[in-house]
Amino acid sequence: MNTPEKSFFAPARAWKYLSKKPVTVPMEDILITPREASDRYRGFHINDWEKCIGCGTCSKICPTDAITMIEIEELPDVEGSKPQRPSIDYGRCSFCGLCVDICTTGSLQMTKEYLHISKDPNTFFFIPTEEGIHGIKKPLGYVRDEDSDLLDLEREEMEIDPPEIRKTSFIEMVKGFSKEQAVREASRCVECNICEKTCPAHMNIADYIKDIFTDDLQTGLKDLYKTNPLPAVCGRMCTHKCETVCTIGHRGEPIAIRWLKRYIVDNIPKDKYPEILDQEVIKKANAKIAIVGAGPAGLSAAYFLSLMGFEITVYEEKNRPGGVLNYGGPSYRLPDSAFEQDVSYIKSLGVKIITNTKVGKDITLEELKAKNDVIFVSTGFNKGRKLPIEGSDHEKVFDSLTILEEMKNYVRGEGPKPYIPKSLVVIGGGNVAMDVARSMLRLQNLEYKKSEVHVLSLERSFDEMPADEDEIVEGKEEGVIFHPGWGPVKVIVENGELKGVLFRKCVEVFDKNGRFNPKYDENNTITINADMVVMTVGQAPDYSYLPEDIQKNTKIERGKIKTNEYGQVEGVPWLFAGGDIVHGPDIIHGVADGHKAAQGIDQYIMAKQLSK
Amino acid sequence: MKELKLYLGPNHPGMHGNFSVHMYVDGDTIVRARPMPGMLHRGFEKLMERRLWMNNLALIPRICVPEPDTNEMVYAMAIEELTGIEVPEKAHWIRMIILELARIANHLMSLGGIGGPVGLYTGPNWGLADRDLILDIFEEITGARIYHMYIVPGGVRKDLSEEAIEKIKSFLDYLENRLPEYEDLIIKNPLFQRRTKDKLLLPAEVVWELGVTGIGMRSAVGEAYDIRKVDPYARYDQVEFYVPTANYSDGYTRVYFKYLETYQSIKIIRQILEKMPKKGKVWNKISSGSALRWRVPKGQVYTHVESARGEYGYYMVSEGEDKPYRVAVRGASYPQGLLGVEKYLPGTRIDDAALWMDTMGVCPPEIDR
Repeated sequence: MNTPEKSFFAPARAWKYLSKKPVTVPMEDILITPREASDRYRGFHINDWEKCIGCGTCSKICPTDAITMIEIEELPDVEGSKPQRPSIDYGRCSFCGLCVDICTTGSLQMTKEYLHISKDPNTFFFIPTEEGIHGIKKPLGYVRDEDSDLLDLEREEMEIDPPEIRKTSFIEMVKGFSKEQAVREASRCVECNICEKTCPAHMNIADYIKDIFTDDLQTGLKDLYKTNPLPAVCGRMCTHKCETVCTIGHRGEPIAIRWLKRYIVDNIPKDKYPEILDQEVIKKANAKIAIVGAGPAGLSAAYFLSLMGFEITVYEEKNRPGGVLNYGGPSYRLPDSAFEQDVSYIKSLGVKIITNTKVGKDITLEELKAKNDVIFVSTGFNKGRKLPIEGSDHEKVFDSLTILEEMKNYVRGEGPKPYIPKSLVVIGGGNVAMDVARSMLRLQNLEYKKSEVHVLSLERSFDEMPADEDEIVEGKEEGVIFHPGWGPVKVIVENGELKGVLFRKCVEVFDKNGRFNPKYDENNTITINADMVVMTVGQAPDYSYLPEDIQKNTKIERGKIKTNEYGQVEGVPWLFAGGDIVHGPDIIHGVADGHKAAQGIDQYIMAKQLSK
Repeated sequence: MKELKLYLGPNHPGMHGNFSVHMYVDGDTIVRARPMPGMLHRGFEKLMERRLWMNNLALIPRICVPEPDTNEMVYAMAIEELTGIEVPEKAHWIRMIILELARIANHLMSLGGIGGPVGLYTGPNWGLADRDLILDIFEEITGARIYHMYIVPGGVRKDLSEEAIEKIKSFLDYLENRLPEYEDLIIKNPLFQRRTKDKLLLPAEVVWELGVTGIGMRSAVGEAYDIRKVDPYARYDQVEFYVPTANYSDGYTRVYFKYLETYQSIKIIRQILEKMPKKGKVWNKISSGSALRWRVPKGQVYTHVESARGEYGYYMVSEGEDKPYRVAVRGASYPQGLLGVEKYLPGTRIDDAALWMDTMGVCPPEIDR
């Protein structure tokens, strides 16, 4: 190795250092005017409490367990968020910034602030707010961008029949996830459980999504059945409130929770259910319970009560169980096979379902009471409504439930062909309106090779319309003609023949107090020609089966029966109620009601038996 | 002869971390030496098995504080190998900048730091002050000065800013002018030469026996065994640089090599700034879904890079889960720091122990993992 030779003048080079000023940084400068950090500095955190939903994802990604979620009493405990906020232990924090990169709402950020000196160790444990650690507004430091985002914001695309096929077919249009797709979709979940709180049935959503992720569908099925005995139905028709509040939905597309639920049941044959679920009746209770109505609430109550050891008989007016699902849910959305998958397991537990028996007509409630200890009624909102406008009594003006039932019976080969109009007007903007419009559009295409379906709603934009976005988008693709912002004036009938409907422009749907109080522009009208009109303006209950004395003792407000938390009807202790007649039309609420009522009935019977 | 047991460390100022050597001395000559790692109480490898793939980013830079980016790089490369994800072109070049800057920072610390054990205290002051300028650049690029957590599986976390590029350019100019002063201060210094020339020898035959790599090996066996050359990663095959070699590895040669390699790193970074694409993506995610559920396919892999202290490798096994099944780190300074201490300190003086550590580039957490 050659040694560098030292120059004769080398020592002279050192002289320059004599005149060089030494670098010293006074302590005061460090504390009072600290050096400004770089723009990307990963300094102390701030958290926007308005945006933060307390999901705790930051805490889960933290490699040093520096983040703990703290319950904040002052925060409201509402749907879609948790009253918790992240706190950071700066004794542990490694300032990696992963919490910022994964924050589901973008509320947690890092600033350029980095200096904190204190003798009090507690000050290093800090709950970030927008104020920052010292209450001084400091510029933002490290921020997440598209490159560093640790969430997957895009939903796994669901395979669905193209509109050309859909509009001539009643075959289920949504094809379901493949294993790879389901696992990928499940991998997007951050297990914050916010969806579970919002789900009326409080399903173990995070658990079953994880089961899909780990490819353990048998455990997934068990997790589903903990709270919901209608997973195949809810995997298709649920109102999916869970997805509305999904944490991922704050910055991207929410997890497809409904389709994931369906994936589990689609991939387990129904004859395997007893073996997998392996549910034993925990006690044989000496009591009989009658359930009136085999809709979601009735079936749910039957399932849970039968597991508790009670003897259950369900009375159903129609020839098939299912309630409004039986004729309301179109086959392209909910095929009979899916419903039968759920019902057959419930029946296998010993639940007896008597169809074609209308309580109040074929058998009275008093007779049922004489045979049973408790009665659970879940008769649903089973009567269609019409608007009291001129011409609405015409024979070609239908309520939604009547026409839906006719169409479904025809499609499944159990009923005569309904009248198929060449031009249909549907009044209403909810999911039922979509069911009617899209079902009749299919029949029109099959019959005439073309369709003309008009949907007119008071709501002035698609965003305001109560129907799901999917329904509107798919309806448009299939050829439904939407006219938002119109209210019907009269049905035009000439010489006994239905000609169309006159509409006027709706300028306001709700008043300042948020009450339904539509206002119109009388001078702005249109006429839509049609040879059939369907009014999808809500449904109503039928309480004719309730004896007079019960109706007297029971509070019924806006068609809904007043019950306690466990579905026990106020004033009639042996009568329980649930489903639409308690909470309004919603499948998952019905399931939840059935579950709650089962607990209430169990408590009631046990208390009664103990008091003997 | 009276033999005494003397503890060097774990906090000896001439050492670069929590490492201890139990020395049995006769007068001031070391008779036997027992390296005592374990002072860090970390167990990095085991900890990694309990953390998500992304979580380990906060852990691995701590395996070697002076040059944390090497760990990030080799860890990322292992995952990329297992998953088969493509690293964006620009990310390759950015990674090289980071690695070379880290290499310079490490060499500066060592070059200046050698002044400590030999009594030239201006050396560490210069070395650390100039290294601080690199830390400023790191702060600009990554948002952190020491633990950057910047090179991630699939690329890097952020793109380079224009300001950062300007800062790098002006630093390179500064350093190039500054290095001759280091030569005057350290390399040509008679005090330093007297303490290191023909001392702390590493014979060629034991390089193979111990598995020494890096400067130790290159100065002893005359072979340009540099992973950047023999198994190029990132885009090292597209830049030109020279790897110094010699056939006589004494303490002096090894320190001088660090000085020479610093020039080469400057040369490499300049080429990168010329050749690097101006635009482009810098990160591809390693898996679908949220980072909480990222999984790496089943398999095992060994990846290696050239660190300032030699070959740095990760052997990783994945069982297809969200965490590694097994991680084994080949710390570059393991052979010379553990085996070398036991083999080569005997016969030297007590005050040579710290010199051995420095010239061989021993980084205790690499051993104590």
